[in-house]
Amino acid sequence: MSETSWTQGGYEMVVGLEVHVELATETKLFSASPNRFGDEPNTNIDPVTLGLPGALPVLNRRAVELAMRIGLALNCTVQPCTFARKNYFYPDMPTSYQISQYEDPINIDGWLDLPDGSRVGIERAHIEQDAGKSTHVGGGEGRVHGAEHSLIDLNRAGVPLVEIVSRPDIRSPEQARAYVNELRAILLAIGASDAKMEEGSMRVDANVSVRRPGTELGTRCEIKNVNSVRSVGRAIEYEAKRQILMLDAGESIRQQTRHWDEGEGRTHTLRDKEDADDYRYFLEPDLVPLVPSAEWIEEIRAGLPMLPAARRTRLAEQTGLATDSEAIGSIVDRGQDDYAFAVQAAGGDLGRAVVHLKEAFAEMGAEPILRAEDLARLTTLEVEGKLTATQAKTVLAELIAQGGGDAASIAADKGFEAMDTSELEAMVDEAIAAQPDAWEKFRAGERKAIGSLVGHIMKASRGQADGKLVTEILNARK
Amino acid sequence: MSDRLTNDVVVKVARLARLDLTAAEIERATEKLGDMLDHFADIDALDLSAIEPMNQPLPIVNVMRDDVVQPCLDHDEVLASAPQSEDGRFRVPPIIGIQG
Amino acid sequence: MARFSTASEIASGVRSGSLKASDVLERHLAEIDAREPEIHAFNLVMATSARERAAAVDAMVANGVDPGPLAGVPVALKDNMCTSGVPTTCSSKILDGWKPPYDGTVVSLLRQAGAVVVGKTNLDEFAMGSSTENSAFGPTRNPLDTDLVPGGSSGGSAAAVAAGFSALSFGSDTGGSIRQPAALCGVVGVKPTYGRVSRYGLIAFASSLDQIGPFTHTVADAALAMQVVCGHDPHDSTSIPDPLPDYSELLDRGVEGLKVGRITDLPEGADADVAERVEQAFEVLAANGATIVDVEVPAFTYGLTAYYIIAPAEASSNLARYDGVRYGLRVDAPDTNAMYSATRAAGFGDEVKRRILLGTYALSAGYYDAYYGKALRIRRLMAQDFANAYQQADVLLTPSSPSVAFPFGSKTADPFAMYLCDTYTIPSNLTGEPGISVPFGTGLDGLPVGVQVLAPALGEPLMLQVAAELERAAVTLEKRGAS
Repeated sequence: MSETSWTQGGYEMVVGLEVHVELATETKLFSASPNRFGDEPNTNIDPVTLGLPGALPVLNRRAVELAMRIGLALNCTVQPCTFARKNYFYPDMPTSYQISQYEDPINIDGWLDLPDGSRVGIERAHIEQDAGKSTHVGGGEGRVHGAEHSLIDLNRAGVPLVEIVSRPDIRSPEQARAYVNELRAILLAIGASDAKMEEGSMRVDANVSVRRPGTELGTRCEIKNVNSVRSVGRAIEYEAKRQILMLDAGESIRQQTRHWDEGEGRTHTLRDKEDADDYRYFLEPDLVPLVPSAEWIEEIRAGLPMLPAARRTRLAEQTGLATDSEAIGSIVDRGQDDYAFAVQAAGGDLGRAVVHLKEAFAEMGAEPILRAEDLARLTTLEVEGKLTATQAKTVLAELIAQGGGDAASIAADKGFEAMDTSELEAMVDEAIAAQPDAWEKFRAGERKAIGSLVGHIMKASRGQADGKLVTEILNARK
Repeated sequence: MSDRLTNDVVVKVARLARLDLTAAEIERATEKLGDMLDHFADIDALDLSAIEPMNQPLPIVNVMRDDVVQPCLDHDEVLASAPQSEDGRFRVPPIIGIQG
Repeated sequence: MARFSTASEIASGVRSGSLKASDVLERHLAEIDAREPEIHAFNLVMATSARERAAAVDAMVANGVDPGPLAGVPVALKDNMCTSGVPTTCSSKILDGWKPPYDGTVVSLLRQAGAVVVGKTNLDEFAMGSSTENSAFGPTRNPLDTDLVPGGSSGGSAAAVAAGFSALSFGSDTGGSIRQPAALCGVVGVKPTYGRVSRYGLIAFASSLDQIGPFTHTVADAALAMQVVCGHDPHDSTSIPDPLPDYSELLDRGVEGLKVGRITDLPEGADADVAERVEQAFEVLAANGATIVDVEVPAFTYGLTAYYIIAPAEASSNLARYDGVRYGLRVDAPDTNAMYSATRAAGFGDEVKRRILLGTYALSAGYYDAYYGKALRIRRLMAQDFANAYQQADVLLTPSSPSVAFPFGSKTADPFAMYLCDTYTIPSNLTGEPGISVPFGTGLDGLPVGVQVLAPALGEPLMLQVAAELERAAVTLEKRGAS
């Protein structure tokens, strides 16, 4: 159960996250050059990308579709919307304005439910252009400060982004990380983005403030350069503590943009918000309004796949495990739940399948390495008592190595047989007789004493005894 | 001389617009722009609160294109037009303390 | 006044084989040789490529291939229209020498129609002005009297047709920059319905107001030109998808039964000689069967204010891309901010800087509602008032320009004096409706007067119909010596 509360010295943290997501389209948002990562600099260029005189933007229909998928997956209302210019000067912004959405964004008023049951509100998820990339030459570690000059690559300029703005509902580093992870899982499930933080196709900025619970919101700072899920937690924790220290020392918080330094584990000032440019937003005159029809919205909504939260619930209900258990979480994360149900449909046991998926399939993806029928037959042997858990693991390893096979014949080849109950009872008698001290201690309530009794039986049976059954028998005899 | 506009405002606006102005130019601009704003005074008294803004003359909506790649511009031709370039990228002096 | 060949005459002659495109071109190049040094209509004369093109057109005809409806017609293009591989400067130092890597849509359409581009014409820098005195490369002179301005911002294109340098030229009209110079130079000039002609490749001044349009000797030529350059363009999101009518269809229809509106609350300011000609125009139309109706357009008088807030606001954003990073002028400096500021200070002229400052101010936090927000509402009001007027009248008639051509320097001391030149043209840019200026008699010192016909959106056929009638009447009046 993840924590959704964090306090320090009587303060709580109030955090909102702004996540920028690069959409998985073939072409850019307003022009038809490729949306591709890793090409030679300035090859995916056209008049719009370069901000050439006379160039005009034309909206990419697929980008709109993916933006709507994101909005609907986040329970937003999709509404008629417009585009606006956000005016500022920067070398990687070729027109010196970014086409974004301001007053009327396409998606508003949604929410994201996290595995621990908490809910984070989504204020808006709007469409905008990405900027190009600048590399700084001559400064330390490629940083801006102290650079001799900078080089601009516009391949990324104009790539479609959706900016997802949460409400300031996040109250702990764990919750922030869970939010980012869940969001990422949703983006992958709906095919909107490959959402790789390490490649920059998903970027997270955090707005952090602190307050004593029940009081007004404090002044917030924006934290940038948070490049991994782990950094999200670390950065907001650091920033919250920094602000608390200042407030306790009687200083007030200045509204600022701060830069997270992962290496040093701290934030420092990038610029004061008061110095920030006036963006002079106005409606983009080169574009017309976007009014998605009710039919189009429904078509997209109907086409959404089952989302991770619903998949976790489905698997949990069928197995009796908790929705936020590690088994459920990891299997759905890897997309292996469909496979688990396939094993069940092939006559196998869902519970045993989940156990195996959690462990033996931990490094694998959604594509089954084993036919569902093969794994089904193995789980059947287990629940029929013909194989112990330990034996089943060995057989499974063999099945995986071979890429398939018949569980029963592999078990037979290895000489695995489950021992029946009367044989086990006899072995238990023998063990009690052989280890009277351990038996007395166990009967007296010393739980650890069972270890040597079970160990004796396992040795005597050359590993063939079902450890679980043995334990049951011993407990029953107590 | 209009009192609608002061030198300070013009200096701020010139910075937003990235225009270097000499002191004399700031004086002149303040005066000329102030005069313009005085001419615009004819709209001050108008009560337009009941009227919706009109951004575009057209009643068109939903103009979109298919997500299909079209030929790009030639990298060499474009870089040849650049005032300065290096390694196939546009070269600019250091970016200091700006953005937004 | 010399009578120059019309585009229609040239095209039909070349297509039928009775004229050679190369001969036609040489005649026009000879005119350019003779008078261009004095007039300076062009930033660039493209004699070599024009000759190649004319030869190619002649070869097509010789091979039995139809070059298109503008076959062999010498055409001049305002130097804010992107021509691939050919310098396009907007008459600004900041783009001096810049060669676009692509053709604007209109440029492509003209080439496909068989036109022969003879050069790029001079303009007020970035299309901001009404006299072409704001060009960074020197002014253009009015071919009818070289002490006078040709109007602006498309002064070069207007002069090119008036001087016989080209049979057809194109300009752009944001607040009157085609219609006003057309009036001052005694030629026909059209601003189409907003969105009727693609803006792809037109270097933007004010995106919601700009339109490309033709300058011609005759209304029939204007219809021909419109047929070629109008139409939907998928590269321009603001392009109207509606199919084109036949623009030439109604030219000989006359005005019997039409209602022509006189705007009774039109702002005063037209000189007496101009007002007299406009009165005459009303009389002529009435005599030929039109009914003159009085209409009111109360918002008309606020047009200048709304325009001089909206246009600079959009321009301040459109011109922000000129920063010395990817193309054009760069003035070096120790950091990018300083480079931007130094580059733009050196590259832009005074009028451009003034409008950028005004536009930036109008959009700023704290001033947006008072200026830009209000101007957008005036725009809506203007559209409503015109819509009401068009309930009562089919077209409206006004002066094109408050005065005939004026001397250099006579309006440069006070920017607002120059802005007043656009009083009658601006409202239709705000509403996006079409307008045409037709030469109609002369005024002071025998200088041409232009009368403006305004029509509802997509009402070009009606507008051209009335314009053609005025043109016939003007010819009649001239013959009678009534000027």
